[in-house]
Amino acid sequence: MELESSHPPIVSIRNLSKSYRRGNQVIPVLSGISFDIARGEFLALMGPSGSGKSTLLNLIAGIDSADQGTIEIGGVEISRLSENELAHWRALSVGFIFQFYNLIPVLTAFENVELPLLLTPLKRAERREHVVAALSVVGLSDRMDHYPGQLSGGQQQRVAIARAIVTDPDILVADEPTGDLDRASAEEILLLMDRLVHSSNKTIIMVTHDPRAAEKAHLIRHLEKGELSET
Amino acid sequence: MGIPYSYSFRNLWTRRLTTVLTASGMGLVVFVFAATLMLAEGLQKTLVETGSRDNVVVIRKAANSEVQSAVERDQSALLTTDPAVAVGSDGKPLLAKELVVLINLKKRAGNKPANVVIRGIGEESLALRPSVKLVEGRLPRPGSSEVMSGKSIARRFQGCGLGETIRFAMRDWRVVGVFDAGSTGFSSEIWGDVDQMMQAFRRPVYSSLIFRLRDTNEFDSYKARVEGDPRLTVEAKRETRYYLDQSEAMATFLRILGMVLTVVFSIGAVIGATITMYAAVANRVTEIGTLRALGFQRKSILGAFILESLLLGLCGGILGVVAASFMQLITISTMNWQSFSELAFSFTLTFGILWKSLLFSMVMGFIGGVLPAFRAARMNIVEALRAT
Ligand SMILES: Nc1ncnc2c1ncn2[C@@H]1O[C@H](COP(=O)(O)OP(=O)(O)OP(=O)(O)O)[C@@H](O)[C@H]1O
Ligand SMILES: [Mg+2]
Repeated sequence: MELESSHPPIVSIRNLSKSYRRGNQVIPVLSGISFDIARGEFLALMGPSGSGKSTLLNLIAGIDSADQGTIEIGGVEISRLSENELAHWRALSVGFIFQFYNLIPVLTAFENVELPLLLTPLKRAERREHVVAALSVVGLSDRMDHYPGQLSGGQQQRVAIARAIVTDPDILVADEPTGDLDRASAEEILLLMDRLVHSSNKTIIMVTHDPRAAEKAHLIRHLEKGELSET
Repeated sequence: MGIPYSYSFRNLWTRRLTTVLTASGMGLVVFVFAATLMLAEGLQKTLVETGSRDNVVVIRKAANSEVQSAVERDQSALLTTDPAVAVGSDGKPLLAKELVVLINLKKRAGNKPANVVIRGIGEESLALRPSVKLVEGRLPRPGSSEVMSGKSIARRFQGCGLGETIRFAMRDWRVVGVFDAGSTGFSSEIWGDVDQMMQAFRRPVYSSLIFRLRDTNEFDSYKARVEGDPRLTVEAKRETRYYLDQSEAMATFLRILGMVLTVVFSIGAVIGATITMYAAVANRVTEIGTLRALGFQRKSILGAFILESLLLGLCGGILGVVAASFMQLITISTMNWQSFSELAFSFTLTFGILWKSLLFSMVMGFIGGVLPAFRAARMNIVEALRAT
């Protein structure tokens, strides 16, 4: 632990603010948040509905832009990147896990996992190796040619996790990854995420409502009224 | 690398019913587009094949066609002795003085009258038209009231079949033969002895002179010579050129008609494609958000949706071209607008028409898909992902 904290944090957020405008009304969501996330951390973000958890996660993942403040991830200040640079950065540095898996229904499990690799200079054979490896990590090597519609919810989420890790990104962001799953499948997914943190040294930021899911994380932070607190 | 092509292709396949319905709309337009081009092509092919490059048609200056032409007997005598005229194995010049008259005959079907070309022929007329072949009966005897009908006339006009009698120019003409001239315009004519016809029609002048050139390269000098001769009031054209000129007006008319119909219909088909593609975009908002989050750029999304609508258009194009190719089995008879006579010809599909039709279908797909594709590409990632 001592050793780890001496490393620079993978995510470093300073004075981050974000508000939405609805007509004349300004809805503040995040007001001047600052915090760090260490490499290899499994962080759970909790808080009441509408508190801005997804907003914060989207900012860290580089798919939304803040009004103020800076986000530095792996030494890159993403708030400064142009739209195309940001897209390129996401392809290599972030893995996404969604509540409803968001697999492409017309592509097979293999092709879904391969998608992020199409944005890298990897050759076809190399891509294949990576996809096979990622699918074996999630235990779905035998389902490569199945379409999402032929897989259970839990299996689909595992394919989505394979897609998230296939480019070997620094961080994984997960918005309610177990929100659509039954208890047993949810357990499986959480176990898998925990294993990714321990054996592959991934950093995971997970938004969840479920206290049992949050239990699996190393650290839980609460977001309320635009402010962040540690428990 | 962008989004794989199979993404666009399989999405079309997944909603095949919508794809087929939309493509059929575009296919109908491509069908009209291809069919009119095929019609114009068939018409020109028929008329151009009617002529032979070594033959020269001599008609009166400024006469557009043989029907409007008149060549005086003294002028025709001068022309017959021109050195450019080839001489046959029998020592006679390979030249025919002909009479071309339009008459009105009734069709077998519907009893409707239509114009038919009557051609008074000379001894050498058949030798000059190798495409003309007797298929039934015999040749009309010179100096008699016998005629032979072109195949399509024999079939479609009252009294024109073998053994029947046609009445025109106040005489009865017995049909003693039927000839086939392939897909040329001659198949739509009736031929008989030129002197008999001139008597019957009380016409003192020929319509045209046709002859074979002694040397095909002599045409230009021959043309300059006869057209410059103060005793002559004629012009000379290669037979191929003559028939091409005949077909030009009609072919152009058909092409313009085709374009107008196509443009009008294509508006509907393009709107159909646009609606389909907007629906496709609306159904895949989350998917688009996901692809963008994974790192695909706006232009990749744009490309994938445009490809999808291009493919949709191509499906329509293939449907349309396949349907149009069946039209080749149909023979159309229509008015030759230059001579106002009946002319039989077929829809002709060429490689040029094929690729123009497919290109046209993809242009429709592109126009239909471009707005939906831009909507997809313009989406905000977070909002697209929230759409679940
Ligand atoms: N595009 C938008 N326009 C206006 N308001 C928005 C927009 N996106 C989010 N908000 C508002 O911002 C606040 C935070 O939204 P966010 O989705 O981050 O909440 P959350 O904590 O993830 O909630 P939940 O637990 O329900 O998912 C909410 O009040 C929401 O209504
Ligand atoms: Mg949320």
